Amino acid sequence: MLLLLILIPIIAACAIFTGSKAKPTAQLAGALNLGLGLAAAFSSTFANIWDFSVPMLERPAINLALSLGTDGMSTIMLLLSVIVTFAALLSGKAPEGKERLYYGSSLLISAGAIGAFISTDLFFFYAFHELALIPTFLMIGMLGRGDRKAAAWKITIYLGFGSLVLLAGLAWLAAATGTLDMTKMSAATIEPEAQKGIAALLIVGFGVLVSLFPFHSWAAPAYASAPAPTTMLHAGVLKKFGLYGLLRLAVPLLPEGMHAWLTPLCVLLLGNVIWVGFITINQKRLDGMLGNSSVMHMGYIFLAIAALVAANGEINELAKPAAVLLMFAHGISIAMLFGLADKIERSTGTLDLHELGGLAKSAPKLAFLFGIVGMASIGLPGLANFAGEVMVFISSFKNYDPVAGLGPVQITCIISIWGVVISAVYMLRAYRNIFQGPAVSTTESAADLTLMDRIPAVLLTVVLLAVGIFPNLLLSLLK
Amino acid sequence: MPAYILEVCTVILGIVLLMLEAFGPSHSKKAIGLSAAAGLAFILVLLFFVKGPTEESANAPIWENFYAFDNLARFYKGFALVCTALVILMSIDFRSVISRFTDHPESESGTGEFYALPVFACAGMMWMASAKDLAGAFVALELVTISFYILVAYMRRNVGSLEAGVKYLILGALSTGFLVYGIAWIYGATGTMNLAEIAVKVQTIENTTPLLFGIGLILVALGFKIGSVPMQVWIPDVYQGAPTPTTAFLSVGSKAAGFILLIRFLDPLMQPGSPVASAVVVMLLVMAGATVIFGNFAAIAQTNFKRLLAYSSIAHAGFLILALAAWTEGDKEELGSVGAVSFYLATYLLMTLASFFVLAQVRVQNDSDMINAFDGLGKRSPMLAVGMTIIMAALAGIPLTAGFWGKFFVFLLAAKAGLWWGVILAAVGATAGFYYYFKLIRAMWWNEPATDSGPLVLPKISSYCVGILTAAIVVLGVWPQPILWLLGAN
Repeated sequence: MLLLLILIPIIAACAIFTGSKAKPTAQLAGALNLGLGLAAAFSSTFANIWDFSVPMLERPAINLALSLGTDGMSTIMLLLSVIVTFAALLSGKAPEGKERLYYGSSLLISAGAIGAFISTDLFFFYAFHELALIPTFLMIGMLGRGDRKAAAWKITIYLGFGSLVLLAGLAWLAAATGTLDMTKMSAATIEPEAQKGIAALLIVGFGVLVSLFPFHSWAAPAYASAPAPTTMLHAGVLKKFGLYGLLRLAVPLLPEGMHAWLTPLCVLLLGNVIWVGFITINQKRLDGMLGNSSVMHMGYIFLAIAALVAANGEINELAKPAAVLLMFAHGISIAMLFGLADKIERSTGTLDLHELGGLAKSAPKLAFLFGIVGMASIGLPGLANFAGEVMVFISSFKNYDPVAGLGPVQITCIISIWGVVISAVYMLRAYRNIFQGPAVSTTESAADLTLMDRIPAVLLTVVLLAVGIFPNLLLSLLK
Repeated sequence: MPAYILEVCTVILGIVLLMLEAFGPSHSKKAIGLSAAAGLAFILVLLFFVKGPTEESANAPIWENFYAFDNLARFYKGFALVCTALVILMSIDFRSVISRFTDHPESESGTGEFYALPVFACAGMMWMASAKDLAGAFVALELVTISFYILVAYMRRNVGSLEAGVKYLILGALSTGFLVYGIAWIYGATGTMNLAEIAVKVQTIENTTPLLFGIGLILVALGFKIGSVPMQVWIPDVYQGAPTPTTAFLSVGSKAAGFILLIRFLDPLMQPGSPVASAVVVMLLVMAGATVIFGNFAAIAQTNFKRLLAYSSIAHAGFLILALAAWTEGDKEELGSVGAVSFYLATYLLMTLASFFVLAQVRVQNDSDMINAFDGLGKRSPMLAVGMTIIMAALAGIPLTAGFWGKFFVFLLAAKAGLWWGVILAAVGATAGFYYYFKLIRAMWWNEPATDSGPLVLPKISSYCVGILTAAIVVLGVWPQPILWLLGAN
């Protein structure tokens, strides 16, 4: 049954490429997948109907099999994927004559992301992610805005490099454990030296994919250039693949290896939170700001991973839920922000913060929804991101021993909390510049959101609120 | 039915085709091409029903000393047949260019032999797969090489083709010299040319220097066939100048034949206890590293797609030699070096021939081999562009395409054998590959089409072949097992 989640978008994409009507087909597939994803998440008692496994190769005996299965973490990522996919397919407007490419590629990206999150075989885990990357590159290169070729080429080279490093790490991991079956890997013991090497490769490989400092500079130009659904899917869903991979493979399987790299990891994540945070403040355009802010927020999730790694044998039962929750919350909120930014650009023709102003008068609904999601992304209580961020900060003090003094994770945490201030500065400033003050020529007659535009935004808002008020909705899945 | 019937049939097929060409109608030679492909397909069917001479016996006919038949031989014979048949089909759609540069530009009277010669080369490749003796292997190799001398220079009114022919001839002759000289040294060191006996003799040899010298010479000579350092310099020019189907045949058929011969030759030297094994591994590793780096880095700057494929073919040879350097015997659990090389070559056949099918048509329709002839193909012919994207992704080794598995098995073997330098160089090379194959994808999707370029429509035969090859690339990318079935147990 899980296979259907991957097949529906792929079949729909094929149907679109061979001539069926692009928009309705894509949206139907998105809706079907949303229903199926929700069913998969909340009917876990029927695990045996959902799981799926077919062997694909006899020799070499590396257990290659197309096997799909879910646990708490992958279920949450699956939910994130189907929700954001549905929202992405509803928002955005395909350029004239390019509908096929636009919707077909979006579906392929979604299929790849879902496949990566529900595969329990290392090869398909990796391969589905690659499947999602290629349409991403093509979409940016063909349908992007501004300097699309440069942005597309940059993201291609960066992520290509990251994928190769990652592949090396995964291959080494497979060789060390002797299997590709991710559920069986924990049975093998890996030498500390090998652990250290694999962990380094995985941190760099996954790190490039998640835009870990200093490998982050592909993200902002790519997001600024990409068409709305591509940005929503990549920033919201696909990028989380790297974090998911670290949580799924690196942390449980390579405890000693990861621990050896704890301090460098902390330094890099501070680069994300503080350095990229300042860059974000300095942005002149809304898309550049959102792109950089999404890079910045990755730092918090890395902080949770660092806390998990620092526990080193002791139990830190808070850090993993914190990371997963924040991944989910960030995915929903950044997708919504990019979706709304696209609306702003379509109704006013610009995203330059200095050319906008007073939009709240002509487009109050847009202003309201943008306000909510903006607050969510800076971590206002009651919204999902707050729950995640607070849990991250608390979890990094979980095993704190006052006698031993502050460890690297605690110091990192204290510095990172300043990131909250940084986010507040740039987000509130952007909100003021765009929506408040006197209306200017671009915003005087700007159109507000139509009913069709509001559906995806409201859907995402409801999710943000529901998870923010009652995080256990998701966290209970982890148990 | 003994297996050497296959070679006999192939040679007879070639002669019949020549007769047809001499006494058949002179205005259209398409029928010769079609019958060549059909004949090869028939021999391919026969391949599954023959049984080889298996056990040595005292009263066996003398030619059985030169002819082995096992699963590996069956695989490579099938490989040669499939490759040749596809190349001939490609030639049929390419015949307008061939006739332009041969006898009379308006008639096809000069194109007939172009379908018959690959059949003879095919017979040579099939025999190479069964090599059991260095002398026999040498004869088979020359049969292939001489057929190629003609095929490369076939477009005799085209300067590029003639230049390619001369270059190929000179370096081919040089490598033949190396080969014979090397065989002589090995005969001198071991007293035999039979590969099975060499395996025994090597175990007890005391002074390994003459033997190693001979091995080095043979590796250089075979490096010419497979396109590896130090005999790689001819490849770009010859590939660029030769008629496109010949280039495809050179880069797939000839290379695979070189590899099966290399495998047959290395097998006795790499047996456990062989005193030369470690030195041979070093030689192969140096070859592999230099080839991977040279091929991949030289490819980056190319603007001509045919030259790009030439350098890419060098690069692929590097990966394949790396698998041989990490020599491992296959068993129930492991693929082994031979299995990995065979697997890689099978996927390489699919990807490379598919791209040459398209390139041949670009040459026919746009009279160009340049990458910019593909500009905006995504808008001109979207389906073909999707296919080409898959093919290029496979050549780069992206997962979910067959090309990934080939590279993956090589890396796995090299890592298990602890050849870390090889792994690192190959990884660097593969990264570079990512870049230059994407140049084509970029041209197809991101660049605007030239104003005067229309859609690129493949003729029927080519479009079926490209479709089937591309589908096979995707299916094998998800489910690689079928190639292992073809390889059989070894």
